[in-house]
Amino acid sequence: MVDEKERLPREVVAMRVAKELPDGGFVNLGIGIPTLVSNFIPDGSVVFYHSESGVLNCGPLAEEDEQDIDLINAGGQFLQMVPGMAFFSTVDGFAMIRGGHVDVTVLGAHQVSATGDLANWMLPERGVGNIGGAMDLAAGAKQVIVAMEHTDRQNNAKIVQDCTYPITGKGCVSLIVTDLAVMQPTPEGLVLKEVAPGWTVEEVQELTAANLIAASDLKEYEL
Amino acid sequence: MPQGKLYDSPQAALADVQDGSTILVAGFAGHGVAERLLVALLEGGSKDLTLVYRDGPYASLGSGPLPAIENLVSNGQVAKIISPIPFSPGSGGAIEESWQAGWLDIEIVPQGVLVERLRAGGAGIGGVFLPTAVGTRFGADKEKRSFLQGEAVLELPLKADYSLIKVAAADTLGNAIYDGSGRNWAPVMAMAARITVAEAGLIVEPGELDPEAIISPGIFVNRLVASD
Repeated sequence: MVDEKERLPREVVAMRVAKELPDGGFVNLGIGIPTLVSNFIPDGSVVFYHSESGVLNCGPLAEEDEQDIDLINAGGQFLQMVPGMAFFSTVDGFAMIRGGHVDVTVLGAHQVSATGDLANWMLPERGVGNIGGAMDLAAGAKQVIVAMEHTDRQNNAKIVQDCTYPITGKGCVSLIVTDLAVMQPTPEGLVLKEVAPGWTVEEVQELTAANLIAASDLKEYEL
Repeated sequence: MPQGKLYDSPQAALADVQDGSTILVAGFAGHGVAERLLVALLEGGSKDLTLVYRDGPYASLGSGPLPAIENLVSNGQVAKIISPIPFSPGSGGAIEESWQAGWLDIEIVPQGVLVERLRAGGAGIGGVFLPTAVGTRFGADKEKRSFLQGEAVLELPLKADYSLIKVAAADTLGNAIYDGSGRNWAPVMAMAARITVAEAGLIVEPGELDPEAIISPGIFVNRLVASD
């Protein structure tokens, strides 16, 4: 059964995403798997983290006994002070995002469509959601990468032909990295670029509600 | 000499808040929040307030904005909330219950849109075209235009009667500085309100703060109270 077959751990998904980050680039990480990406920056590479809490060049999280109430990331976690940090107001924080100064954002998602529409702010059955800064990141970052589980907990497809949930941004996603595959939304449809070890294209397709176009150079998940 | 900006208490600084006022509350994830001012707003009892804030759902971090805003809502003082993160869905609490009961109006605004609406309000700009809401429900009924960079949606300025901000230090003229990520929404909210009240960790005489380091010049800060 495809449903019960073992998938890649979250850390491996994060490791795969980390390979995409440009050396010396400015990066904004969302909550969930995206947060883990910072643990897997390749040796010799440097990435500068932007947080809409008003901090540039965020370093590691602070130990419990050295938490500074005025040094937090976008998730409200306490940060260590590191050399080269800069503080700014929310106006500047979103100018950095909207103005195209942030090179990559890595976000989670409820749904992503074959053409790169992103839905990640609201589950319709709740009737309300928290948009936060996701919409600005989707519209403004130079590159939007989605890192997520391939299906939801009930094994419903999260990768769909058209989003049925309220969308965060249209055609904004340039790469989807899941615990089963790496995919690239294009105007022609969803191109399957890499597949997790032990999985076939047909098995991944079975858990995907959009038609997958196998890339000519389709390969195994590459770390 | 005009009356000084220094007030004896948060209650005194907010004594003239009228029913129906729009109030900006600075803070991010429970940090940089003017907690004493929020308590004073609760004690003052003004009603039909519109509150504008970034987030509420971080109460677990300590004395964040949520408990005070929850209290204002359960005290029947709030008619409307404008926020990108008004409450944590499914968490219960007064905001969610009042919204479900239909007597609390909630306007969700993307964070970067809200901040530019406030900036426009504070800077005398008639409106701003932003790409953020294009193709989403937030842009559905708004005027759109195409620019070299692509399509954008007209967002209107937002102004308020009061803003409640927290500053690390201010001189008695209202010139203020911040600590780290505690700055967040305070500078723009200070610009967008008719009366900005700052709760200051430290209040000093003019000349004691480096003019180069001032983030919110005193022209934006009308009243000062000490944070303890």
